[in-house]
Amino acid sequence: MRSPAFLPRPGYAAVSRWFLAAALTGLLVADLQVTTLHPLADLARLLGGLIRPDFPAVEGWSVVYTVAFAMLGVGLGAGTGLLLAIPFARSRTVRLACAGVRAVHELFWALLLMQVFGLSATTGVLAIALPYAGICAKVYAELIEEADLAAVRVLPAGTGAVSAFLYARLPEVAGRMRDYTLYRLECGLRSSLVLGFIGLPTMGFAFESAFRQGRYAEAGALLLIFYALIGTRRLWVRARTLPLLLVGSVLALPPTVGSAAIGPSLARFLGHDIVPAPLRDAALAEPETWVRLWSWLRPILAGQVLPGTAQTLILAQIALVATALGALVLFPLTARRFAGPVGRPLGRVLLVVVRSTPEYVLAYLGLQLLGPSMLPAILALSLHNAGIVAYLMGRHADAIPYRADAPRGLDLYAYETVPRLYGQFLAYLLYRWELILRESAIFGILGVTTLGFYVDAAISELRLDVAVVLIAATALVTVAVDALSRALRRSLRIDALPTRLSGPQPITGAEPT
Amino acid sequence: MLGSKRGSKRESGWLGRLALGALAALAGAGPVRAQETAAPKALPPLVFTGIPDQDESRLVERFGKVAAYLEAKLGVPVRYIPVKSYPAAVTAFTNGQVQLAWFGGFTGVQARKAVPGAQAIAQGAEDAAFKTYLIANAATGLKPDKAFPKDIAGKTFTFGARASTSGRLMPEYFIRQAFPGQSPEQVFARVGFSGDHSRTIQLVQSGAFAVGAVDYSVWDLDAKAGKVDRQAVSVIWESPAFPDYQWTVRGDVEQTYGAGFTERLRGALVGITDPAILEPFGRSKFIPVTNAAYEPLVAVGRSTGLLD
Repeated sequence: MRSPAFLPRPGYAAVSRWFLAAALTGLLVADLQVTTLHPLADLARLLGGLIRPDFPAVEGWSVVYTVAFAMLGVGLGAGTGLLLAIPFARSRTVRLACAGVRAVHELFWALLLMQVFGLSATTGVLAIALPYAGICAKVYAELIEEADLAAVRVLPAGTGAVSAFLYARLPEVAGRMRDYTLYRLECGLRSSLVLGFIGLPTMGFAFESAFRQGRYAEAGALLLIFYALIGTRRLWVRARTLPLLLVGSVLALPPTVGSAAIGPSLARFLGHDIVPAPLRDAALAEPETWVRLWSWLRPILAGQVLPGTAQTLILAQIALVATALGALVLFPLTARRFAGPVGRPLGRVLLVVVRSTPEYVLAYLGLQLLGPSMLPAILALSLHNAGIVAYLMGRHADAIPYRADAPRGLDLYAYETVPRLYGQFLAYLLYRWELILRESAIFGILGVTTLGFYVDAAISELRLDVAVVLIAATALVTVAVDALSRALRRSLRIDALPTRLSGPQPITGAEPT
Repeated sequence: MLGSKRGSKRESGWLGRLALGALAALAGAGPVRAQETAAPKALPPLVFTGIPDQDESRLVERFGKVAAYLEAKLGVPVRYIPVKSYPAAVTAFTNGQVQLAWFGGFTGVQARKAVPGAQAIAQGAEDAAFKTYLIANAATGLKPDKAFPKDIAGKTFTFGARASTSGRLMPEYFIRQAFPGQSPEQVFARVGFSGDHSRTIQLVQSGAFAVGAVDYSVWDLDAKAGKVDRQAVSVIWESPAFPDYQWTVRGDVEQTYGAGFTERLRGALVGITDPAILEPFGRSKFIPVTNAAYEPLVAVGRSTGLLD
């Protein structure tokens, strides 16, 4: 009875069973068909590309643009997030605004921003900055909340909020903020790459082109360069290089080809395109207008929002449980007691590679190999997230103080390590639930029938009003799942455990890369 | 906690608004750069795009040649910007990033509806009477026929891109006519959207989908390039004719490049005789056209529910 937070409570088993049952039910209705005939042959060709990469074929600027979009997007997002973090705890408006912007995926933002800013650097940078501002504001605010208040308590009465923040709070949390922001930069690089899939000139653009036309050696080279970028980020992102990187990014941004007429486009977008069709130029006082609005909205809700939401939730549920199982299997690979001194670094490299590949890229590859069903989406989500959770669990497993006569192997795993880490494990999973859901929705763009599928259809039909309704529905579902996850974490009393990737727990040992 | 609670609350409200304002200001920060990069004195480049309907290497080849040709012929800088999807091409046209585009029949209708004053100026000679091919994997045992092959019901089916004319709009229209009161989702076991015509051919050839709808000119180009395995996939039905691809230009080019520019552009396109340019298009020549030629597609778009 040393550390109550690590002991299993009756709630853990119940919640686990509940999630497992929901996922199994989901499996019954999920479409898991493999529709392609030679998935293994295609996979072999892709792996061949990774083994024999064609580096000279890679367009160097796509790498530069990927870094530039990520640096500026994360820079703007984190800067705005820091400003918003100060009033975050006290202002409901700020909290709601942040929840709203971060519930919408970068790709959805990009699709909307593209309507106004065209295929331009502005679209790319803002698509990353907007959701990241919301995420950073929340996390920075949490960090500030958790910080030691000793310095704040001794401030003289009447000290302004800004001074109190700058002199008493910031110094306490700066280290953790830096760690977290570096992690966000890693996410930003992934987001930046993925934006290429919808036409921005980052590595995703080149990767999609190369893969679609069977130039697997070029696709493989792009992936390897991306892993190198992520793996070495701690070497090139430093306090000293940061100003250089930011200025360099601004200078390196791709020049906009042609100039979109932003004023008129913005006016048309806000005043016409996203206004529900029955309300455009209609008399708002007439009750008949609202009848028409309802008859416009009803088929969208029944035919798109409802089935799309159901599929999104099913995919997220299955992927979450698959992530859980994957993480339980994989984490011993990176834990000292299980993998040994030789296996552990190898296990870590494997997990870093898996987690560095954006889910969207994994899903894209899976869909090309297996055809448009839920199966590749589940694989992509669970691989990526299991990589992340297993990596963190491995670090926690190494931090556990074991008795000298602790059992070994499977006994240690099943009777000691897993039970002691289970609360932490659930905390990570519940935290990733919302992120998995956001990704599940976006996979619709690739052909899985989640909410993104209908967004893609609406945008193809130039019905931006419908697209906005669907994106808003996606955001609402995300916010609801986030709230449910928080409530569950509170009732299980695991809400105080670290869930952020650069959590408050100091980690012994450096990153593997 | 904090010394003066009331004071901090008022400040946080002020800070909140400031911070939200900063977020909103981000949206305004970008355009400055976009304007700076445009050359201040010389004519801005005429930027064009095309729907990504087939293998990208062929698109780069054909549009690269068109850009060089138009630049020499018109005396204005001409740039091609590649896009990843049909709606992205339409969006680039509606927000003014491109002034000229090689659209399919349906995307052209969408674009001209969204940009008043935009005109269809030239189409390929083949586009006046374009066709869709229904293609089937050999394993289905489906044989070529003059009549619409109703046996495709219950099979898996792939369209091209969602906003494609020959790969989506027209085939969906013919399917709805053949199976009254049923949507494609109800007719087939599975409906997919391959994204482009070359990919449709690959998917049906590999058996991932049993039947597909494909642009006949891309089928011919890919067959000529040796990319089609005739043992594995064949054409089973040829659709009635409909109007398709065309060059569409924004109405405001006359303000930028002078009165009469639309006609000069039309003349330049119609005047292309170099087979090296025409061949990657799969067209014998370009001919003048007007918006009215695409009215039938507007009606089809409305009847399939793809157009308001």
